[in-house]
Amino acid sequence: MNCGGVGSPHYSERLLLLCKTEGIKLRTIVCIKRVPDSEARVRVSADGRGIDPSGLKFVMNPYDEIALEAALQLKEKAGDGAVTAITVGTDDAKETLRSALAMGADDGVLLRSEGSIDGLAIARALADEVSGRQYDLLLFGKQAIDDDNMQVPAMVAQMLGLPCATVVVDLEIDDGVATAKREIEGGHEILEFDLPGVVAAQKGLKEPRYPSLKGIMAAKRKPLEEKDIELRAPKIELLDLTMPPARPEPQIVGEGPEAVPELVRRLREEAKVI
Amino acid sequence: MADILAFAETRDGALRQVAREVVAAARSVADQMQGQVVALVIGGPGSTEAASDLARYGADRILVAEDESLGLYNPDVAVEVVASAVAGATPGAILFPASAQGKDLAARVAARLDVALASEVTEIDVEDGQPVVTRPMYGGKAYGRFRFLDSPALISLRPNVFPANEDPRAGTVEALASVAVERKTRIVGLEKAERETLDVREAPVVVAGGRGLQDPDNWKLLEDLVDALGEEATLGASRAVVDAGWRPHSEQVGQTGKVVSPGLYFAVGISGAIQHLAGIRTAGVIVAVNKDAEAPIFGVANYGVVGDLFEVLPRLTEEIRAVRGSDG
Ligand SMILES: Cc1cc2nc3c(=O)[nH]c(=O)nc-3n(C[C@H](O)[C@H](O)[C@H](O)COP(=O)(O)OP(=O)(O)OC[C@H]3O[C@@H](n4cnc5c(N)ncnc54)[C@H](O)[C@@H]3O)c2cc1C
Ligand SMILES: Nc1ncnc2c1ncn2[C@@H]1O[C@H](COP(=O)(O)O)[C@@H](O)[C@H]1O
Repeated sequence: MNCGGVGSPHYSERLLLLCKTEGIKLRTIVCIKRVPDSEARVRVSADGRGIDPSGLKFVMNPYDEIALEAALQLKEKAGDGAVTAITVGTDDAKETLRSALAMGADDGVLLRSEGSIDGLAIARALADEVSGRQYDLLLFGKQAIDDDNMQVPAMVAQMLGLPCATVVVDLEIDDGVATAKREIEGGHEILEFDLPGVVAAQKGLKEPRYPSLKGIMAAKRKPLEEKDIELRAPKIELLDLTMPPARPEPQIVGEGPEAVPELVRRLREEAKVI
Repeated sequence: MADILAFAETRDGALRQVAREVVAAARSVADQMQGQVVALVIGGPGSTEAASDLARYGADRILVAEDESLGLYNPDVAVEVVASAVAGATPGAILFPASAQGKDLAARVAARLDVALASEVTEIDVEDGQPVVTRPMYGGKAYGRFRFLDSPALISLRPNVFPANEDPRAGTVEALASVAVERKTRIVGLEKAERETLDVREAPVVVAGGRGLQDPDNWKLLEDLVDALGEEATLGASRAVVDAGWRPHSEQVGQTGKVVSPGLYFAVGISGAIQHLAGIRTAGVIVAVNKDAEAPIFGVANYGVVGDLFEVLPRLTEEIRAVRGSDG
């Protein structure tokens, strides 16, 4: 039974109703990425075209953990469903998929490639992969903390002609309809759409769980599919990567409240910011 | 020769500050590419009138899609409006603000036009007639320089980084024909924060507090300082106090919060963890108040005061009130 994602969304919506009656409640695909830990001290590689990965600890992108947690809780609430984790990356990314399985995802898919600096190429690969699958909801993190592109989720939505909510801090699924609360400057927007659709998770949506020992053991037996893919040529080129411009030499103005008049004088006369 | 399309964001029929920043940046790029600035405004009633002000920042032409139904941002419609504007203008680059709306829209437009997007750009140069952009990556721990291999180049600009300089042009206003689009996304509401304050990414002055404040009730001290600093100031927070539930996460500054670029940033009772520092690297002047002289925040602060914030803050608020008051 096809529950959505293939063909026109209208077609899939009708099928979704059929699926419900058959008890297949909620199929979610979560796109996850392996990134350097936020704690990492990044160094530029010798050729100036990337970072030096040696000695770095890699983890699941923190926003993708939030997205995965949301998927797991939605499945638990629906009482039935399936959560698939997909990543585009090298063999090392299998470790990230195993973490997702340990948290509770049902299966994982590695689209093996070197990755791309162009979000459009990643989005294309993900869109192609999910078009052949059944899903009600595509979940993403709002941003990968390595490239900081903040673009893949909305691109995938546009490519698949799906409704989409980015920077989401609250999400409810009820009767085939998603209600998402999206963070904007100075407030929130409330969006609603019929499934299938795309949601990108912001911090606050859910607090990711730690995998239990049982989860880690179970993960070893869960299906992990691997496919070699060819990413589309990038339409943007990284000329060089450099360390951030140095900040001015820090100064200690003084100690305690007695230092305040001097601080204010410098802010006013030297820095001219107040 | 290529024109630059600048997406000028509005809300409630008024231009947002980022709209001025984007148009002014487009002006400078267009001058180097020998093209015109075409500003694009999508919004509800009042947008046309508000849009005309973009002439001051350098818009040669101003395209406006104004309609009752466009008052709230709808991505399904906005992407098609931009596509229709592109069809009529064939720009060499499209500039967006890297705001919540601008980032969402820019990614949709990139997929719609099948061209690459550089997000949160902090610098645009023109080399051999083509834009070359610089953007922070790895949470600001490294900077990448990029060129585009296809046209138009899609670029979103980090708020508060590009000055909204005035450089008046004709700014001829033209109404855009409406586009028929199926709305898959329904916008059902807008919740505004209780206190109408500037967003931490867009405020020229940020006063951020951390665990050193010890109790959420002590935020009164920071609010007093914000008040003393005037309308341009707003509150920020470290992750520790957001996780503790003392502050909303919309205020969190850092690698997994907001990356901010105010002219003046106060870090009060914040240790300066690497993830926090990543969020303030593009800030202008950083002031740190911390009782621990070894705190890493002092390694990046332009000005540091070592001391108990409960003693330093009231004095700071008082002094700032005094000097600002004396300006009349
Ligand atoms: C994946 C990940 C992502 C993260 N992302 C972020 C992020 O985006 N933003 C962020 O901020 N953090 C982030 N963190 C958390 C970060 O590592 C730190 O834990 C956090 O920044 C600490 O917050 P803090 O400085 O308020 O608290 P602390 O580190 O506890 O510092 C409190 C400071 O207050 C000072 N102090 C105490 N009392 C006084 C007093 N009376 N007067 C003056 N000074 C006083 C102390 O000397 C100390 O330096 C992240 C962590 C992880 C693992
Ligand atoms: N290589 C990848 N594999 C799977 N998902 C990805 C990949 N890159 C990005 N994503 C997803 O897209 C989101 C936003 O990433 P980005 O647009 O790169 O900042 C991430 O949080 C992931 O959910």
